[in-house]
Amino acid sequence: MNQRLPNSFRTGPDERGHFGNFGGRFVAETLMPLILDLEKAYAAAKADPSFQAQMNGHLKDYVGRPSPLYFAERLTEHLGGAKIYLKREELNHTGSHKVNNVLGQIMVARRMGKKRIIAETGAGQHGVATATLCARFGLECVVYMGAVDVARQAPNVFRMEMLGAKVVPVQSGTRTLKDAMNEALRDWVTNVHNTFYCIGTVAGPHPYPMMVRDFQSVIGEETRKQMQEAEGRLPDSLVACIGGGSNAMGLFHPFLDDPSVEIFGVEAAGHGLTQLHAASIAGGRPGVLHGNRTYLLMDDDGQIQDAHSISAGLDYPGIGPEHSWLHETGRVTYLSATDDEALAAFMLLSRLEGIPPALESAHAIAKLTELAPKRPKDHLMVVNLSGRGDKDIPQITEILKGRKQ
Amino acid sequence: MTTRIDALFAELAKEGRSAFVTFLMAGDPDPATSLDILKALPKAGADIIEIGMPFTDPMADGPSIQAAGLRALKSGMTLRKTLEMVRGFREEDNTTPLVLMGYYNPIYIYGVDKFLADAKTAGVDGLIIVDLPPEEDDELCIPALKAGLNFIRLATPTTDDKRLPAVLANTSGFVYYVSITGITGAAAADSKVVGDAVARIKRHTKLPVCVGFGIRTPQAARAIAEKADGAVVGTALVDALRDSLDTQGQATAKTVAAVADVVASLAQGVRGAKQAAE
Ligand SMILES: Cc1ncc(COP(=O)(O)O)c(C=O)c1O
Repeated sequence: MNQRLPNSFRTGPDERGHFGNFGGRFVAETLMPLILDLEKAYAAAKADPSFQAQMNGHLKDYVGRPSPLYFAERLTEHLGGAKIYLKREELNHTGSHKVNNVLGQIMVARRMGKKRIIAETGAGQHGVATATLCARFGLECVVYMGAVDVARQAPNVFRMEMLGAKVVPVQSGTRTLKDAMNEALRDWVTNVHNTFYCIGTVAGPHPYPMMVRDFQSVIGEETRKQMQEAEGRLPDSLVACIGGGSNAMGLFHPFLDDPSVEIFGVEAAGHGLTQLHAASIAGGRPGVLHGNRTYLLMDDDGQIQDAHSISAGLDYPGIGPEHSWLHETGRVTYLSATDDEALAAFMLLSRLEGIPPALESAHAIAKLTELAPKRPKDHLMVVNLSGRGDKDIPQITEILKGRKQ
Repeated sequence: MTTRIDALFAELAKEGRSAFVTFLMAGDPDPATSLDILKALPKAGADIIEIGMPFTDPMADGPSIQAAGLRALKSGMTLRKTLEMVRGFREEDNTTPLVLMGYYNPIYIYGVDKFLADAKTAGVDGLIIVDLPPEEDDELCIPALKAGLNFIRLATPTTDDKRLPAVLANTSGFVYYVSITGITGAAAADSKVVGDAVARIKRHTKLPVCVGFGIRTPQAARAIAEKADGAVVGTALVDALRDSLDTQGQATAKTVAAVADVVASLAQGVRGAKQAAE
């Protein structure tokens, strides 16, 4: 762990998919040839200017990019410190940042001639984005979703079905995101010949963490340009919530080599770090799951532990391997917010700005209330508003009703 | 180095028959019953015994083996106790090859060097680790070979001729051919197709080739044994074990015999196989 600090934080991974000691390709032999194929297909796409041009066209006209960088005036006033900007990923078609990555992967799948797309989903946002693009491009779509999440994110389940996707409730294990990912991997091993696995975050075996990061980096690249236009300089700090870490990595990556930019990732602390939570950096240690080495919640026997978060999209016992590396190198600071803090932040942003955030994004907002007041008024802070809260309204209504009784 | 696995295949070659390889989960349904079952296997006809190391997230396993792992974990099974179980077995049997099969994380957390040393002392002969392809050989495969353990690799229908040499390079003991693309407990492959695949692998290696996934009946075991050096059965045994449990999932007086009976009939299937002309 006393590795030398790299000259650049943006060159990883190496050819074997390692970010320092993290990442890699820990998959069954059946999948290995597929992963090597994907790596080749993605490298070819990346080098093909027509691929990028097509992507940009769809990002603009279908997704609705660029997403605005919005000065949150009342929130800034309320917190009385740093000047807060929201990167409005919740305004994308489908309501979250997930669509950026799905578009990229679906375009790669099309290049590879794959006709059947599978995905795992927690909050349902990645599932919805995948179902949407499969409808758009006429592809078969199967989404694995933990049975617990099917219950707490009902609006997204209806939406996926309406879009023509098949949603499979996963009953194994803890019946949340990690089990959905296990089940998607089982499907992939079974249907190797026609199926493309569209992973929803910067996790899984190489090349997924790199590929998903690349597709999400549009968030940070736009932010750079937009902040330049708005303030004539770089932001001073960035804040994003972390489930697997894709919205965070997308915002962070273009700024990793700008030492003046402070970077904060916010994990889900659930009921608190000494109780059930989903903060793998704060409460876990390095291990191997779902194709890569990274920080994971586990017991002393190496058995993966149940994560808990109020937000289905953060309810995962791991984190993308590049985040583990950014943590160990100290480039990014990882904080955590509890369920209650996220709920309070949900209400705060709804009331002050008229923007109900996704419960996932509310974790990032929650930490703002600690970070922003401590910083001067000319400090420019960008928060990634990764998704909108509509999907969470039934769940939050239930919780608030329960509290009144 | 000659391991118990090498010795067994040399012996079977003399007898002119294929190996019957069994898989059960360590600690299923509880550590004591699991050890009793283990001890009953050689007598029932198992030639090589694979012992599953329970893991919460068995990505290549179907519902039966997933449930077996969860039963074992619930009964308090750990990797340390799995090694204890191996020591218990070795007190009575010093010839039947034992192979530990599972996923990497529990071993990584136990500590690779300590695990290899403890496994070797306990009497383990080989390892099959599902989520360690040749691309990750530095993790465990190379250290295991140095420690004197066989590292048995899985080859699959997606492992083409170009890739096979890489898969076989550090493989020892035998090659485990996964006859289908899929998870454990799925449908069986056609024995003709399996025969072709085994022949293809044998063009690349002198190692014995055992075939598994989807074999449930003595007839199927026999058909595979005619094409390969060994037939592996897991889910059918785990299901027999499960069916013998009470409504709380606890072992009953019938549990050990229920598994041994199925093993005996499958072993007969394997022993009834006509050897393919080599
Ligand atoms: C709106 C939103 N934000 C964040 C996440 C967490 O994922 P990631 O950390 O990959 O951005 C999700 C996942 O479902 C989400 O829906």
